[in-house]
Parts: sequence; structure tokens; C-alpha cells
Amino acid sequence: MTILNDPVNAKLGDRAQLSYIASQAADARLNVELETEGMTLNIGPQHPATHGTLRIIARLDGEQVLWAEPSCGYMHRGYEKLTEVRSFPQVTTLINRIDWLGSFANEVPFILAAEKLMGVEAPPRAQWIRTILFELSRIANVSLFLGDLGVQLGAITPVFMAFRDREYVLNLIESATGGRFHPNFDRIGGLKDDLPAGWIDETKVVMKKLRNFCDEIESLLFGNEIFQSRTRGIGVIPRDVAMQYGLSGANLRASGVDWDLRRDQDSPMAWNKVDFKVWTHPDGDSFARCWVRLQETREATKIVDQLLDGIPSGPVMAKVPKIIKVPEGEAWVSTENPLGEMGYYVVSRGDSGPFRVKIRSASFNNISITPWLLRGVYVPDIITILASLYFILGDIDR
Amino acid sequence: MLSLLAVEIPYWGQSLLRVLGGLVAVLLPAGTIVYVFLFKMMSFMQSRLGPMEAGPYGSMQLFAEVGKWLQKEDIQPDNADKRIFRMAPIVVLMSTFLLVAVVPFGPDAWFTDFETGVFYALAVSSISVLGILMAGWSSANKYSLLGGLRAAGQLIAYELPMVLAVIGVVIQAETMNLQQIVVAQNAGSIFGSDIVGNPYVLTQFVGFVVFMIAVQAELTQAPFDMPIAESELVSGYMTEYSGFRFLIFFIGEFATAGVFAMIASTLFLGGWGIPFSWFGWTTMDSVDDWMNVAGPLIVFTKMMVLVFLIMWIRFSYPRFREDQLQRFAWKVLIPISLANIMVTAVLKVAF
Repeated sequence: MTILNDPVNAKLGDRAQLSYIASQAADARLNVELETEGMTLNIGPQHPATHGTLRIIARLDGEQVLWAEPSCGYMHRGYEKLTEVRSFPQVTTLINRIDWLGSFANEVPFILAAEKLMGVEAPPRAQWIRTILFELSRIANVSLFLGDLGVQLGAITPVFMAFRDREYVLNLIESATGGRFHPNFDRIGGLKDDLPAGWIDETKVVMKKLRNFCDEIESLLFGNEIFQSRTRGIGVIPRDVAMQYGLSGANLRASGVDWDLRRDQDSPMAWNKVDFKVWTHPDGDSFARCWVRLQETREATKIVDQLLDGIPSGPVMAKVPKIIKVPEGEAWVSTENPLGEMGYYVVSRGDSGPFRVKIRSASFNNISITPWLLRGVYVPDIITILASLYFILGDIDR
Repeated sequence: MLSLLAVEIPYWGQSLLRVLGGLVAVLLPAGTIVYVFLFKMMSFMQSRLGPMEAGPYGSMQLFAEVGKWLQKEDIQPDNADKRIFRMAPIVVLMSTFLLVAVVPFGPDAWFTDFETGVFYALAVSSISVLGILMAGWSSANKYSLLGGLRAAGQLIAYELPMVLAVIGVVIQAETMNLQQIVVAQNAGSIFGSDIVGNPYVLTQFVGFVVFMIAVQAELTQAPFDMPIAESELVSGYMTEYSGFRFLIFFIGEFATAGVFAMIASTLFLGGWGIPFSWFGWTTMDSVDDWMNVAGPLIVFTKMMVLVFLIMWIRFSYPRFREDQLQRFAWKVLIPISLANIMVTAVLKVAF
């Protein structure tokens, strides 16, 4: 039994081990006399479960997956290359579209990297508003995940609740920035504008609504026996494997790794001014990933509430030259985005535009675990696992 | 025999009238009302308005949908087994039509007064499995094939608890004639009190619950909609269907829900009848003629209640996985319904 003595497999949970053995057994079964023909099933690129154009090539024996591999790139837009022919302020328009559900959060690490190269620091008020909008886009992103989770598992009602309550958050983002999905609001040295009048009170009301929404989803979906039996013990990622594959965000925290860049990293943003709990879950299964995201949404509403109470006064823009030229140098800045760690490695040669930008997006690393994770599971579990890993296609393909 | 304006109508004439009456008076309104009611109800649960444009408050939505589907191109895949592909939706709908034939709507308002009505109903309800399997196999599509095979496994597994749940009713009513079962419920009494008759939902509650769960699975509604499973199998066995053929599957889904609810209301809720003691009736013959008009309305009301129940569960539950679903049928429902039969039989002999 070389399989079980393998150091990676020895640390797996019982279920993962069993499903691995089952897949090996299914492989062996193919070779015996009564040979059954396997079937290759393409899930995607046009498929309702992948909310985008991800293609999963799965080799099936009946309903069991023998081998699966994600094939991405159907929506590649070449943002890394496109940034090279744009000036620094223009880049935010592109990178807004990477994770399109939480687009403001995409702008922040890039702008921080540019500020780091220029040696500019945004005034405190701008940093606080940035953090508020960052958390709002996290809420807009993850609340849609919580609703969509139901659709993936066959319950069609939660997604309508998610869209209803996400609308309030989008309205807030729109009234502050002017853009519902693609705010394009962050500037090098601060923000485009201050908050509109009455925005703070309105946001507090909406945060209450969002907490109610979380309670609703928890009782409607997470408390449901069928939901639990579909997600508990499905797609278990052990702690070591999660770290080996470079997972980040809720996927990593659900495997019991207490790692959150908002808390663990020294950042000019206002996260270190507020109290919040980083939720982890020891199980590492699909349920844990969903549960951690639910708790994070709650936590984000609390962060926004605290930031609104202590928001400092002052300008929202530092002194920056009219024509921005970034001095020569290289900078790497990453933040804890809704989907996980997102970072930009910006190389500047002293021009108005970047020489090279490398984008580290969370989803691309998060789905790299799927070939390992999908081996030996049933077809319905593919959907559960993909839903709980939670990727945005724009974030994979960029 | 049935007479209109003092003219004796021959047997074939009666049959023809009954078939036309069935189509016009039962299936059309049933389909329309169930459909609109469900869409409005679903919208209410999901905090939206639902259909609003077609007719007052969207009440004509079904006709708009039918018009839309009729205009669509009827596509058949190149590799499909064409004859079976075309037959499949008709076979599915046929089971619905055959099923409605035994539902009694009043003392004289019935299509067939069948001595073994229960047996017949359970037998024809499983014809739809054939249609689904045919659709899944003939589409030449991997998703359809998976969906069809899942459906076959599921429908056969849930046929059994359904039959076993009905046996309790048959033991209590001492007949398999659906008309007689209705009379037995309305003329009966519980512990000497005939205020509400003896609807079997009270005395056969376990059987009722098992039956409704099995109906949910037979209809492939959530949480048992693994064969369709739109998030993984696109649309299961009906992935390749379009235009009119898809419409048949689509309408069939709602019509079958209505017809199964009618059968359930006949078996467990007293069917077309109201407790006979309210009007001093004792047997079938003493029932007033106006029940032939009121009966269908009563059946409809009861049907709506049960359809509401089915759809309420459909709209709030996620779906089971295939193996969990089979385990639930064989390890939970079948033992429960067997125990129910034993208890019913013992009590029947004891009282």
C-alpha cells in the first residue's frame, strides 16, 4: 500500500483517504475483464454552475470522478500586458474588472503600490474611506456568494434575498463613488471625492439590514439538514495541503490556518484601528468554507460600523503633481481581498506608466487545488466543491 | 344513468362528454390556475412580483408562455434517436392524462368508476419513468444520459414507499375503488364522532407524509430534483429539447403536480366530499345532485392546498445527492411505511 505510506496522503482525513482509495479501485476496475467504458464530461465552458467560462474536464466512471482538471483562459483579457500601455491613473479602470463583484477592492493594492513607489501617503480620512469602501465591496461580493450557494445546491430562494440586500450595498457604493460595479474611485494620493452628505447614517442602517440578511441565510440554508449533509465532509482540504497549494482567504482559514492580511500585515489602511475577529474553522470541508464566509460578512459589517464612528476629518487628497511620474523601482503590495490574497508587483522605469505589472489574483491559486480535490468525488459534489471554493472567472483569467 | 333534458344518452356519448369535460373543465383550469398560483406564490416567497404584464396581475402568463414556446424552433440533435426522441415527451404527458381518468369529482362526475382505481393510478404513474429514460437516452447528450439514469433510479426507488403508503388507506377503506374510498372517508367516523367524517389524513397520518414525500420524488421536485439539477446537469434529461416538445415537459411538470395532488386529496383528504353528517346523508345514493357541481370545486381547493405544500418545500430546500436520496427511500421511508401497514392491519382487526 504505497498510497497510504505516501507522506501527503498519510495526513489526510478518513474520507479523503477513502475517496482516494475508491478512485484507485475504480481505476483498477477499468482494467479487469468486465470493462466499463469511462465517459469524459466537460463541465463548461458554457455551464450554469461555473458562473463564467471555466471548463472542468472530468473523467467519469458512472457518477464518480476518476480524474478532473480545470482548464481556464477562456476569458483571458490580457490586463497585465494592457497596463504597460497605460498611465498609472488609467490602470484602475482595467483592474476594476478583475474581480467584478468586489471591484473597489481590486484598485486598492495597486494604488498602494504606486504610492509606495512615489513615497506619497494618503491623508487619514482618505485611508478610512478606502477601508470602508473596501469592506463594502467585500460585503457585496460575499453576500452574493451566500445566495448563489443555494442555487448551486438546488435551493432557489436564497439568491433572491442576496440580490435584494446586495442592492442596498451597491446603492451606497454608487452614491459615494458614482459607479455601481466599477467605481474607479481610488487615486494615487487619496480619493476622487469626499463622502456625500447623509451617507454615514444611511450606511449604518444598511449594515443592520445586512446583519439581518446573514441571520436569514444562516437559518434558511446553514441550518438545513440537506445542506449540511451535502456540504459536511465534502471536499476536505487538510491544513498542509491548503498551504502547499497556496490557497488564501476564506478557503485557507476554513482549513484552520489563522492568516488574514488585514491583521497580520502592516498597511496604511485603517484595519489596525478597529477590533475584529478573524474566523477560522478546523474542518476544512465545504461547510467550513461557507461558514467562514458567512462570519466574515458579519465581521465586515462590524468593521464598517466602527470605522464610521471614528472617521477623522481633513482632506481626502494628498499633494501630488498634476502629471504623475512614478520614480524607478519595484514594489509588491497585497491585501486581503474578498476572494483571498490579491497583490500587484509593479515595476516602474520612471515613466508615466508601469513598465511591468504582475497580478496575483486569489481565484487562480484557489482553483489550482481542484485536480487534487475532485478525485474520487461524485458529480453532484463537483458543484458543491466548486461553489464552496468560490472563484470569480475574471479573477482567474484576468 | 346520466340524463340531460330527459334524453337518455348512449354509453359512447357519455364517454365522449366525459373526455371533453375532463379536458375543458379539469385539465385546462387546473394547469392554468396551478401555474399562475405557483408563480405568484414563488415570487412572494422570493420577495419579487412575478408575472405582471400578461393579463391582470399576470394571470394570462401561461398563454404567453405557450405562445412563446410554440414560436421556437424545434431542434433535434443529429445523433439523436429521432423516433424515441419525439415520442418521449408524449409518453411523459400520457401518464398524466391516464392518471386523471380515475379521479372522482362528484357522486356522478367521474371519467371511469374503476374497481381497482388505486392499483391503476399507481401503475400508470410509473409510465413517466419510461418517457424520462427514453428522453435521456435518445438525446445523445452526456448530461441527458446522466439525468435520465438518475431519474430512473430515483423513480423506481420512490414507487415502492408510495405503494406501501397507500396500502394503509386500502386496508382502512376495504376497497380499491377511489369513489368508494371518498365515500368511506366522508360517511365514516372517528371514535364515534362523525363531525368531520373520517379523512384518512388523521388516521393515516404517517401514510400521508410518506405518500407526499414519495410524490415529491416522483415529480422530481426539489429536494429530489437530482435528475434535472440545473446547476450541474444543465437541464438533465430535457437538455436537448426545445420548442413544443420542451413545452410538453414543462407543462407536464405542473399538470402532474396537480394530478398527483388530486389523487392524494382523494386518498387522504376526503376527495370531492364534505362530511356527510352535515347534510344528513348516509350513503352514496342519498348525496344531493348539487354535489356534482360543488365536488370539482372542493377537489380543486384541496388540490391547491397540497400543491402549495409540494411547492413550498420545493422552493425552500436544497437538493439531495443521488446516494443520500436512495438511502432515504430504502432505509427510512420503506421501513416506516411497512410498520404503518402492520399497525393499520392490527388496529383494523382489533376494532
